Amino acid sequence: MATQTKKLALVGSALALCLSTSAMAEGPTAKMLADTCAGCHGTNGNSVGPASPSIAAMDPIVFVDTMIAFQNGDTYSTIMGRIAKGYTEEELEQMGEFFHKQEYVPAEQEFDQAMVDEGAKLHDKYCEKCHIEGGKPVPDEEDYYILAGQWTPYLKYAMTDFQEDRRIMPKKMARKLDSMLEDKGEESLDALYAFYAAYTDFESSGAGDDDEDED
Amino acid sequence: MSMNRRDFVKTTGALAAIGAVGLPNIALGQGKKVVIVGGGTGGGTAAKYIKMADASIDVTLIEPNKEYYTCYMSNEVLSGHRSMDSIRHGYDGLKAHGVNVVHDAAAGIDAEKKVVKTAGGQEFPYDRCIVSPGVSMLYDKIEGYSEEAAQKMPHAWKAGEQTQLLRGQLEAMEDGGVVIISSPPNPFRCPPGPYERASQIAMYLKEAKPKSKVLILDSKQKFSKQALFTQGWEKLYGYGTDNSLIEWQPGPDAAVVSVDADNMSVETGFGDEVKGAVINVIPPQSAGKIAIDAGLADDSGWCPVDKKTFESTIHPGIHVIGDACIATTMPKSGYAANSQGKVAAAAVISLLNGDEPGTPAYVNTCYSIIGKDYGISVAAVYKLSEDGATIAGVEGSGGLTPMDAPEFALAREVEYAYSWYNNIVHDIFG
Repeated sequence: MATQTKKLALVGSALALCLSTSAMAEGPTAKMLADTCAGCHGTNGNSVGPASPSIAAMDPIVFVDTMIAFQNGDTYSTIMGRIAKGYTEEELEQMGEFFHKQEYVPAEQEFDQAMVDEGAKLHDKYCEKCHIEGGKPVPDEEDYYILAGQWTPYLKYAMTDFQEDRRIMPKKMARKLDSMLEDKGEESLDALYAFYAAYTDFESSGAGDDDEDED
Repeated sequence: MSMNRRDFVKTTGALAAIGAVGLPNIALGQGKKVVIVGGGTGGGTAAKYIKMADASIDVTLIEPNKEYYTCYMSNEVLSGHRSMDSIRHGYDGLKAHGVNVVHDAAAGIDAEKKVVKTAGGQEFPYDRCIVSPGVSMLYDKIEGYSEEAAQKMPHAWKAGEQTQLLRGQLEAMEDGGVVIISSPPNPFRCPPGPYERASQIAMYLKEAKPKSKVLILDSKQKFSKQALFTQGWEKLYGYGTDNSLIEWQPGPDAAVVSVDADNMSVETGFGDEVKGAVINVIPPQSAGKIAIDAGLADDSGWCPVDKKTFESTIHPGIHVIGDACIATTMPKSGYAANSQGKVAAAAVISLLNGDEPGTPAYVNTCYSIIGKDYGISVAAVYKLSEDGATIAGVEGSGGLTPMDAPEFALAREVEYAYSWYNNIVHDIFG
């Protein structure tokens, strides 16, 4: 380091030139890019609602995939398609890394307390296999989608889009969803929403933490 | 490059760095004092984002009002669909971030001595100053209009008392009255604002005073999101029919050139005298007064800036953001001011540390609520052009809500508009 410092000092003005050019070529930092999202998705990606989802602590690969699906229209959106098209894949990767590092603040919202227990059971039976640990953020894992403490209107929009073919539903999910709706009816979705809205204390044991879930 | 410029400056010493590198206008290794003039969207954002990134920087925010009313969403107050309380925001959040909030009016900025002076006689020296003064109403551009006349014919283009006044007039109006909105020439704060306002007032009239109507007397021949507004008005307010709750007349014939506040009438460019039960005059605008007084504006009345840092091209060391600056294709909107506040904050931190400012990224997102479950939006992602002269929209991105959007989408846009509001004010003041 010390030798390098001296060398750098000697090449003073040449260095300044080279730095300013490279700074331009480098493009915006991850933080600079990610901060542009805060106006709708909250400071550091934690939305204060009522409908824009929190994007803090997202799986970075899921983040990029989601944005690309907005870009190419595979996932329906009102506004995100228009915005996603403004970023390169490399920029999206940077933003994904940034949000992955942010601490997730679960949404505080109203929910139907009476449906929470039923929702927990449904989650365990139909969802937990992919949405592990009750759908809470699991930043050390891969390929996770945060459902716990997410804004309910957003979850409803996303589910409606899956059901109305405006968003590609993984085959496994389609099977589980069909089977749940057949067995438990449309209200089962409301129970799930209540469970995800209620599950905000990630220190506590949520659904999926116990084994006595099969009926 | 394993060593960045900050390390370089630290290890070689500030004086040597100035000698060797010769970067002007950078206060190396001295105090890091930032003074921000104006505690609205731009100023609040810049203050918070500087503090969040580097708490050691001394940030003073000078703002005369103890509470700030956002102009955005104030149209919902006019229709009775939102309370004044919900658009009012205090400064405790910024104080909690360590911002020194001074409730006094900035009276002058000495760019040579780098001092902001207040009406209360205080002086605040700075290393970097950020000016975010919003807009000034150019009352004298409309004959007969004045601050006094605005008590009878409110502009309500700065939220607060004026918003309440206009809402009161709408409530007091008898059914059958004409509500005139005089819409200003470009550029002005919130380009879709007058038309969202017409929509919100029409929604109120439809509910409470269905024999009344809104008459927009425009200075312009076209306006922001026009096709989408027109489609919404057709669907919700009978636009284009004899019973329309909204009528729009384009400029220059319809432009309001003079007003008579005692007679509650306006005169158009064509020479017609039009009477109104309620008259909302949104006058032409310029950069906020303090920016003009400090010599930061050019002949256009707005402030030219370096697009990368928002540093004034007239007075180095002072950055101008928000409605007051000339940000080329970025509109004068809340989201733009918020985005510019972050770019300026990052640039100011870099410059104070003796670093070359990084590449900026900017976004604008703007919702308009036309009626119940009927929202539309415009969005843009911007980059600095190669030559640094323009903030240009990224090709193939951005744009408007599509025409003929399905009902569920328009309803979602309203929920996203409310989310946008809650999140942006939290991002600024929280």
